[in-house]
Amino acid sequence: MAKIDFELPKLGPNLEIPVLQPDAMLGAGPFVAKPDHQEKLGFPGELVDDWQQVAIDKLGELVNKSRGLKVFLDSCVKCGACTDKCHYFIGTGDPKNMPVARQDLLRSVYRRYFTFAGKHFPKLVGARDLTEEVLDEWYNYFHQCSQCRRCSVFCPYGIDTAEISMAARDIMDAVGKGQKYCNEIIGKVHKIGNNLGLPEPALINTLEGLEEDIKDETGVDVRLPVDVQGAEVMLVTPSADFFAEPHVDGLIGYAKVFHQAGISWTLSSYASEAANFGMFIGNYENMRKVSLRIRQAALDLGVKRIVFGECGHAWRVAYSFLNTLAGPFDFLDQRYPVPQHICEFTNDLITRGALHLDPSANDDKVVTFHDSCNVARASRMGDQPGGQFEIPRAVIRASVNRFVDMADETIRDRTFCCGGGGGLLTDDLLELRAKGAMPRMQALKQVIDDHGVTHMAAICAICKSQFSKVLPMYGMQMDMIISVHQLVGDAIQLGTKE
Amino acid sequence: MSPTSILFAIAFYLAATVLVAGLLYRVVDYARTPAPLKIPTTPAPTTRTGVVLRMSHEVLLFSSLFRANKWIWLFGFAFHVALAVVLARHLRYFTEPVWWPVALIQPIGIYAGLAMVGALAMLWLRRFVVPRVRYISAPSDHLWLLLLILIGASGLAMKFVTHTDVIAVKAFFLGLLYFDWQPLPTDPLLLLHLILVLALMIGFPFSKLLHAPGIFFSPTRNQVDDPRERRHLAPWAAELEKR
Ligand code: SF4
Ligand code: SF4
Repeated sequence: MAKIDFELPKLGPNLEIPVLQPDAMLGAGPFVAKPDHQEKLGFPGELVDDWQQVAIDKLGELVNKSRGLKVFLDSCVKCGACTDKCHYFIGTGDPKNMPVARQDLLRSVYRRYFTFAGKHFPKLVGARDLTEEVLDEWYNYFHQCSQCRRCSVFCPYGIDTAEISMAARDIMDAVGKGQKYCNEIIGKVHKIGNNLGLPEPALINTLEGLEEDIKDETGVDVRLPVDVQGAEVMLVTPSADFFAEPHVDGLIGYAKVFHQAGISWTLSSYASEAANFGMFIGNYENMRKVSLRIRQAALDLGVKRIVFGECGHAWRVAYSFLNTLAGPFDFLDQRYPVPQHICEFTNDLITRGALHLDPSANDDKVVTFHDSCNVARASRMGDQPGGQFEIPRAVIRASVNRFVDMADETIRDRTFCCGGGGGLLTDDLLELRAKGAMPRMQALKQVIDDHGVTHMAAICAICKSQFSKVLPMYGMQMDMIISVHQLVGDAIQLGTKE
Repeated sequence: MSPTSILFAIAFYLAATVLVAGLLYRVVDYARTPAPLKIPTTPAPTTRTGVVLRMSHEVLLFSSLFRANKWIWLFGFAFHVALAVVLARHLRYFTEPVWWPVALIQPIGIYAGLAMVGALAMLWLRRFVVPRVRYISAPSDHLWLLLLILIGASGLAMKFVTHTDVIAVKAFFLGLLYFDWQPLPTDPLLLLHLILVLALMIGFPFSKLLHAPGIFFSPTRNQVDDPRERRHLAPWAAELEKR
């Protein structure tokens, strides 16, 4: 367990709105990107001399390129409805983590330079000059937002703080003050194809190892193919699936599903990453560049379908943006949605009776499900609104006998972020991550106490990594967190259908 | 015609121009600004009709606010409904003969006025007693509430304290509409009421009151959830593809 030198919030019987603790999370923010990380993404290496002007120009550009940003900056009435909705505010009490206060960090500058009232009566409307202190404040607090969109669910105008954080990060990148964690990773994807920087031989090696493991355990030859020309399906999955627990058990689960369904599939070494951190830094060009790798890989391999593995923000980019960024996908089989989520894929097979699942294989578990923010509030599965809640649950219910949901106000579109989303899954933000996880931990604790829940399943690589880290801090078992497709993989009866 | 009447006549033309032109400018600007990506807050409707329904719920019932906070919803909703009734009631100063629905609501208009001021007072109270809301309030947030409360109070005072010559007031406004100027009564309460309304009209397009047109353009609420079925591409993003 990681050493912690801060005080964790207590898990009470109810989720309390904290007392305001101004500046509780004041600080320098996460590590700043090195010139090398910046330049690979097309950003200046370090803070440019005329950064104020560059920042203001960039803000003007973004506001004119995005109706959402403009409307969100203009429309907030400071009603306060969002103030108690952010897990980082609930976990830290820092008022600047209230969504509207976070927006105001940018809005105050927007008003100063772009609105009549702010230009002429700055004090009256809370407009501020863009100073070095303001930039530092941006850097710190816009890296305390996981872009989870929980606030936007409750805002009467749908104001989405995630959009504002993304814009702020894009501005900071443009002036040369980017975040190391995200930018270094995006650089690796541009160069090698995945967040880990795992080159093709290492990938092939890892997958062969997994094939052997499955063979040892089940006696069945389940393949994990890479770069197979003309396969039916190309699977794009977060690279965490290739090496870390509990992710890798999910990958094994997908492989078993493909195996039993008898559908030919392949991974791609060129597009060996579903994650797209271009979204976290709010940069359209980088997000597009990462997405285009997937299009290229699908064309090169001549596949007919694209299926995405378990990853929350990746599914948002895939479902909501991929067609925009890298479409049109008219070269793929139009009888299936492009792209498809692995849960949609598996659920279709289950409904058609193409899989033999024995839920009693998971009788040692009582399972609950964590709705990942980006899946819950920024995407869909299936053809009905809300399919993103029902389909993963249907897959779980087909694979386990005992399933319990957490409290209503903490699941589905009101789900709480794991605390590590939005490009914050880095150890230099551990305190924030631990505190931000509190609302989810509290809801989980409740179902453990009331229903004997033993495992929490998730469909997001970031959630899984984050929970592995913070569960022990809250006195729970690290391996409680599992992949949905681990449950499927354990329930599947190989050799009975194929 | 007294100089006061002329001054007010000119001021109302000016304020109306600022209000209409300002709002028009905003609406056109919002409509012209592209939305590069599909960002509806899901679950979201998959059809246009569904979006109209979702938007109606938001605009007429404040459904998201209701889920968020029952107190803010109660006061906010009461204020807006009351305001709508009060505005409708004031149509009697602009129509001759008075439209029958306007005539019908005249009696409840008074209660609406009281409810409006009460709800505004509660919203303002929140800005002092709830620390979270106090923290996010700028001076202008207080001033808008004060302005609205004073407009409501001065209006009610003319009903309950000192009456004004409503026939003459009506003649004045009809005169403005038909470019046939008529004198305006000059009792202070009426003039105060009108000055505050002028301030509201002029401030509207430059302030957070833009939430009124804004909500209709909010992509998290007005977009159809169909990104897989329909390719969505902003003009500036299409340019990138030509490179
Ligand atoms: S998007 Fe999520 S993390 Fe960001 S302010 Fe809103 S609730 Fe908080
Ligand atoms: S709920 Fe929306 S309008 Fe209300 S304070 Fe928050 S962002 Fe502003």
